[in-house]
Amino acid sequence: MPHATRRAVLGAAAGLLAAPRLGFGQAQARTLRFVPQANLASLDPIWSTAVVVRNHGLMIYDTLFGLGTDFRPRPQMAAGHEVTDDGRRWIVTLRPGLRFHDNEPVRAADCVASIRRWAKRDVLGQRLDALLDEIRPLDDARFEMRLKKPWPGLAFALGKPSANMCAIMPERVARTDPFTQITDTTGSGPFRFRQDLFRPGDVAVYERFQGYVPRDEPNDFMAGGKTVHFDRVEWRVMPDPSTASAALQNNEADWWETPLADLLPLLRRNRDIAVELINTAGNLGVLRFNFLHPPFDNPAIRRALLPAVDQRAFMNAAIGTDPALSRVPAGVFTPGTPLANDAGLEVLSGPRDLEAARRAVREAGYRGERVAMLSATDLPVLQNLAEVAADMLRRTGFNVDFQAMDWGTHIQRRTNRGPVDQGGWSVFCTTWEGLDVSVPGSHQPIRGHGANAWAGWPTMPRLEELREAWFEATDLEAERRIAQEIQRTVWQEVPFVPLGQVLPPMAYRRSLTGVVKGGPAVFWGVRRA
Amino acid sequence: MFAYVVRRVLATIPVMAVVALFVFSLLYIAPGDPAAVIAGDQATPADVERIRASLGLDRPYLVRFGAWVWDILRGDLGTSIFTNLPVSTMIAQRIEPTLSLMIVTLLLAVSVAVPMGVVAAWKQGTLVDRAVMAFAVLGFSVPVFVVGYLLAYFFALEWDLLPVQGYTPFSRGFWPWLENLILPAIALGTVYIALIARITRATMLEVLQQDYIRTAKAKGVGQRAILFLHALKNAAVPIVTVIGIGIALLIGGAVVTESVFAIPGLGRLTVDAILRRDYPVIQGVVLLFSFVYVLVNLAIDLLYTLFDPRIRY
Repeated sequence: MPHATRRAVLGAAAGLLAAPRLGFGQAQARTLRFVPQANLASLDPIWSTAVVVRNHGLMIYDTLFGLGTDFRPRPQMAAGHEVTDDGRRWIVTLRPGLRFHDNEPVRAADCVASIRRWAKRDVLGQRLDALLDEIRPLDDARFEMRLKKPWPGLAFALGKPSANMCAIMPERVARTDPFTQITDTTGSGPFRFRQDLFRPGDVAVYERFQGYVPRDEPNDFMAGGKTVHFDRVEWRVMPDPSTASAALQNNEADWWETPLADLLPLLRRNRDIAVELINTAGNLGVLRFNFLHPPFDNPAIRRALLPAVDQRAFMNAAIGTDPALSRVPAGVFTPGTPLANDAGLEVLSGPRDLEAARRAVREAGYRGERVAMLSATDLPVLQNLAEVAADMLRRTGFNVDFQAMDWGTHIQRRTNRGPVDQGGWSVFCTTWEGLDVSVPGSHQPIRGHGANAWAGWPTMPRLEELREAWFEATDLEAERRIAQEIQRTVWQEVPFVPLGQVLPPMAYRRSLTGVVKGGPAVFWGVRRA
Repeated sequence: MFAYVVRRVLATIPVMAVVALFVFSLLYIAPGDPAAVIAGDQATPADVERIRASLGLDRPYLVRFGAWVWDILRGDLGTSIFTNLPVSTMIAQRIEPTLSLMIVTLLLAVSVAVPMGVVAAWKQGTLVDRAVMAFAVLGFSVPVFVVGYLLAYFFALEWDLLPVQGYTPFSRGFWPWLENLILPAIALGTVYIALIARITRATMLEVLQQDYIRTAKAKGVGQRAILFLHALKNAAVPIVTVIGIGIALLIGGAVVTESVFAIPGLGRLTVDAILRRDYPVIQGVVLLFSFVYVLVNLAIDLLYTLFDPRIRY
């Protein structure tokens, strides 16, 4: 039983004088107060790739397929699917009784329009877009996708919860240009968004959608029955970590998505608060090179750095020394996911040798060119990773120009393909959502398609071939073999260096039970004890 | 007087025009691109360009500036790039918390600082005077966020007397509204109290040396009447000036205070918009702040006539 606080006692006394407020208190008990990782500014999970927007998408939209805790897809809005014509024809059948938040039924035409919009923006969606011969509704409950060639991973693509998720919207909304933000938030998921109560930077309110029909089976992360036990979930934006921590301790919030590592010991000491790893995929730290200009246009120089990379040092800086908050060694794919492997991993897990790295850098032909290292100071994890990386580069003999800036500037600077003296860059650190880099299809750092690749723009035909092979793999064993080959190739080409897996925990009041584990915070299954 | 007020109000127009030009130009040349922020890591350069085009960011500087000014002249501050909400709506959502915080802080600061300064001047050189001066130095030296965290720790977490964070609109009752503002107002007001107390003390010391004060004493006027009727009224002009200047301090401090106490005000709106490069919101809020500051200065100038009848416009 939670202990009575002084303010609660005073409040109860005051309550005798304010009987009408008692109903307000009961309503509070059916409301979950959540502190999200960032301010929810936009509302379209196709238009924006921000994680907080994706999380909003998971609240109000359902998906045709959903991933279980094993990261394998299962039917979600789909009752099932049929694959014929040697894998080139998919027919998806919808579950009966599905409704949008305006109580209109979910039709196959809605799914077709939603997939078309998603396919213009998402990296796996773009794959589908390229493969599609035709997509059309067969009737209200079924639609057909005809592909140019088989893609066994299509269900994964349609069900992955990472940005951009394939959110199913009403056809009228999904017809919006994919590069223009939607204005109608009518969704298909277990929560209805109260746009009238939305105050960006302050509060986003979600109510249980009475018309939602959960699957009649136990919940398993994004798959299975999404049963909601709260009438209302309020996302309360608190930009200051100390304030969020105090609010959680003071019972002014129930759940804090991203507690600062420095504050974890304080929260753990509070008997009313649980600190737990919910997002088991976490984030993968990444050191990224610019392939267009010296010195990192030279693969020998990139390889020469590997013996100097101490993943533990990077993780300690990123999230603290508690080994439960990070995992090393980490390879190319998210540790703990099906394709993670240890092929050639000794390049990062073996004994570290700074002197060998220094020597190799010299022998590889480094001529003292200026290395512009970008650092985003308003994102502590990225800033800390950049500090360690800069120190490592300096100690390896590089002439480092450490450039600190805010994230808005950082993300723009990264698009500059010019040399360093024309505003370009050489290297930066970032993190990728674990789910994104768990499979080759959505793993941007391994892409090698030159000018269209992620910032750094490497040209690596072998990695592109292997990615293509993964799309065509017919079973998990084949996928694993390809993943191992990709990892070996990465140690040769070094488009990036994995810096370890960050496993940030979440903190919530122990009065909550049933918190769903596996990925981002979701609000089905959870209830107040 | 009326003609003066009209002249001053008209003078705000070129001031606002300069502010508008300055803010727009500054944002134009500042690094950062909202389209890149929206597009994210998966986007190709072509995707970023399409988003820039859909937001109208690919248009030339003069075209964009002209369109923005034309919209403002029609009372339209534009639409947020990220939230798709009109900037005026976003400002309207946020203005009450900031206004409430500033009013409570101002009332608290003036009601505490002026008597403190008066008493310190009256008791010059005594322990009371030194205590007031020590507080003033401390108030200047300790950052707003440190005061905020200490207050939250003791009054909310340790003693459970007040909430840690948030804002309750005035429409939900006076006490719920005030309850959320007490700690932020103290945190934000500390530096302001220190400033006003010091100025009040210094001005009062000067006034208390004047002949008319000596005359009042010789006539047997009571100490309280001398201090608060004769001396304070004559010391009011510099004090009111500092209060006016301090409003700019409050606007700056509100940004930090609103973050520490999670108050959804204009300060946080500004910071969020700057970090995202939400140009229409930044431009709208800066224009509003500038306008408010011009009006505050006008109000201060008019107040001078109240305290010093020799001043005429």
